[in-house]
Amino acid sequence: MDAAKSHAELLELISFRIGEQEFCLDIMAVREVRGWAAATPLPHSPPYVRGMINLRGAVLPILDLKCRLGLGETTPTQRSVIIVVHIGQRLVGLLVDEVSEVLEVDRGTIQATPSVGCGTVETFVRGIIPLEGRMLSWIELGEILPAQVEEAA
Amino acid sequence: MDSLDSIRITYFQECDELLADLEQNLLMLEAGEGDGDTINAVFRAVHSVKGGAGAFGFEALVAFAHIFETTLDDMRSGKLDADADVIKIMLRASDALVDHVQAAKGKGTVNEDRAATITQELEALVGGGEAADASAGEGGDDGWGFKPLAFDIGGLADATAEGMILHMRPTAAMYVKGHDAVLFLRELERTGPCEIEIDTSALPGLDALDPEASYLTWTVRWGAAVDEVAVRDVFDFVGEDCPIEIVREAVAIQELEAGPVDPPPIDIEAMLASVRETAGPAVASADEKGEKPAQPAAKTESKAAGAAATIRVDLERVDRMIDLVGELVINQAMLAQRVAESELGRSSSISMGLDELEALTREIQDSVMAIRAQPVKSVFQRMPRLVRELAGATGKDVRLVMEGEGTEVDKTVIERLSDPITHMLRNAIDHGLETPEERAAAGKPVEGVVRLAALHRSGRIVIEVDDDGKGINRPVVRQIAVKKGLIAADAPLTDDEIDNLIFLPGFSTATAVSNISGRGVGMDVVKRSIQALGGRISIASNPGRGSTFTLSLPLTLAVLDGMVISVGDQTLVAPLTAIVETLRPKPDEVRPLGPDAAVLAVRGAHVPLIDVGVALGLRRTPIDATSGVILLVEGEGGARAGLVADEIQGQRQVVIKSLEANYARVDGIAAATILGDGRVALILDVDAIIAAQRDRAEPKPLALAS
Repeated sequence: MDAAKSHAELLELISFRIGEQEFCLDIMAVREVRGWAAATPLPHSPPYVRGMINLRGAVLPILDLKCRLGLGETTPTQRSVIIVVHIGQRLVGLLVDEVSEVLEVDRGTIQATPSVGCGTVETFVRGIIPLEGRMLSWIELGEILPAQVEEAA
Repeated sequence: MDSLDSIRITYFQECDELLADLEQNLLMLEAGEGDGDTINAVFRAVHSVKGGAGAFGFEALVAFAHIFETTLDDMRSGKLDADADVIKIMLRASDALVDHVQAAKGKGTVNEDRAATITQELEALVGGGEAADASAGEGGDDGWGFKPLAFDIGGLADATAEGMILHMRPTAAMYVKGHDAVLFLRELERTGPCEIEIDTSALPGLDALDPEASYLTWTVRWGAAVDEVAVRDVFDFVGEDCPIEIVREAVAIQELEAGPVDPPPIDIEAMLASVRETAGPAVASADEKGEKPAQPAAKTESKAAGAAATIRVDLERVDRMIDLVGELVINQAMLAQRVAESELGRSSSISMGLDELEALTREIQDSVMAIRAQPVKSVFQRMPRLVRELAGATGKDVRLVMEGEGTEVDKTVIERLSDPITHMLRNAIDHGLETPEERAAAGKPVEGVVRLAALHRSGRIVIEVDDDGKGINRPVVRQIAVKKGLIAADAPLTDDEIDNLIFLPGFSTATAVSNISGRGVGMDVVKRSIQALGGRISIASNPGRGSTFTLSLPLTLAVLDGMVISVGDQTLVAPLTAIVETLRPKPDEVRPLGPDAAVLAVRGAHVPLIDVGVALGLRRTPIDATSGVILLVEGEGGARAGLVADEIQGQRQVVIKSLEANYARVDGIAAATILGDGRVALILDVDAIIAAQRDRAEPKPLALAS
């Protein structure tokens, strides 16, 4: 009974940093975290699609999450990492500046995304999580991929 | 998955194979190539389908298969001649049986009218008595058509002393494999008048009953002469799972004579109930024993296929292996590259060992690909039925000739062949062939011939569909294309170009929309789906003499021979099949044309030059063609172009990785691969690059798509 309760109320998240902002993802969507490796650019793709990488034989796209969120292009550094996530049937790599931690939060503490009159925020931020004086934006993966990719699915 | 479900899946897999064999053998009989063995094989196929269907309670399927089987039995025993008309009915019956199996699978429904017609035709073949028996089987409430047989054995005293007694003691293993004792008893009943007696003495009370055990045994007595071989044949499929003992003794007769004149009534209901009880749970529990269900499948398979030593392997395992070998190839290439970078000499032992490894890897890859290669037969054998139905629907007389059914191609390609072939055949029969009257008027044989052929040509599989019909009516095609705004009224088109107009979207020449070829959405969809696979399709027509569709596809969609090129700082792969030649142009061979385009003079012709980097958006301005290399490529429809790249790195077989799996299709890119250094390289879609260049250059309205 207790276990069921904690499952329903606790959310396990992985948090990471892009520039000065902190974000997090539902850890259930994350398959692995790996170091940055140069991606092969794809023609005719949006600027936030960095290209394709080889993950043990699978070819998957790398999205520059910073660019996708309208925060400018990432300049990859030693600390940059790729978070490999499941989006539907697809495996997609998200390029972020740095992974911070894995944490559990109570669903009750999640706040609705304040309206800041920004389409990007409304599309990609599911909610806001206050944590020890910090603020994490909970990323919504549903529309991260370019629209034509979802259409093709 | 429910364990019974998994057995059912195995049953349907076997059904598909049995039905394919059935049609194949009937076609052989139709062609006059069959013999007694072929008829036996046909009978066995229907019988096996029926047997399994009984176990799963597909009653409609059992009923129909039974009627079919009865007719076949007559043919087997020589009571019915296997002449052309009979075989035609049999072929239709096999189509109907396929429908029944599909219906049992839950896919599609049985066309009741057609099934009824065929049932009648089959019954008409066997004639009065047996047909009545057959229909009783259909309507019988036990679903097996099993009727208790009471007969007069008073005259047996006069019979020869060749009487026989059979003791049948099914083991639990037999039930586990889905066999049913009732079916054997029914078979035995056909071998001659007999008396069946069940021995329930071993049956414990319900409290002690093990639902998976076998307690019942039967004794079958024949009074008159009976063919022992036929009796043993009944147990052909079960072998040691159902031990039988045959006694041929005069004593047997005496016993019979001494026995009561009326055989004890057989309690079929009780028998069926007990059999169901025994068989049901036994079947359901089979899967719990791990690998067990695979065994009967393999066993029946090997029996049906005779001496051929084959195994049935889950496709996923083969695919996994192909993936792994792909990884091995990539790893081997990576290793080779590192060794090369380490500046060890070519003759060092590591380099030499690596060369051997490379040869081995390549061999493993070829062998694994060969495992997955299949003859196109599996696709072709569905076509005779399609042609029969189309011929029926259009009122045309059609003969289908198939060639090269043994041509092997990778499974990934096989799956994609069915739709285009179906479309091409439909087109040939619906649009190509004339009606019998028209053919007679044109002085042609009334029967139209459609040929379906498969062959290997320069590393690709080529499928040809040709008919001896009227060919393409070019003035009409042209007129329609103009009317639909697909081409300009005064467009100068060659005959070939006019023929290929039928591949344009929204083009249909049928004056009346028929439900066979649809609404003209066919050919352009076919063309697009084939192009997506790196294939080509074209048509050649000879007015009054017929048309030929030619479809070519790569032999596999898993690996590709490619030319590895550098463009800027990127590495790309161009499919070798598209490349005609590669050259370093001399300055006077590259001639500017217009503000920023250039052409290459090659043996008197001028082909447009396309900078690969610009075409893919990797750079803004083209490089000077004379400083790079040119890949002279031929796109679909014969369009040539010179692709300008910076450098050629070499030829290599690469493993194709789909971009769609995790991303989406990208214009100008066919797929991706992984190179020796572990990086992803993109494989060019040459046709798309040529088409994109042309689309950019040509003003609207629509130009020829190919």
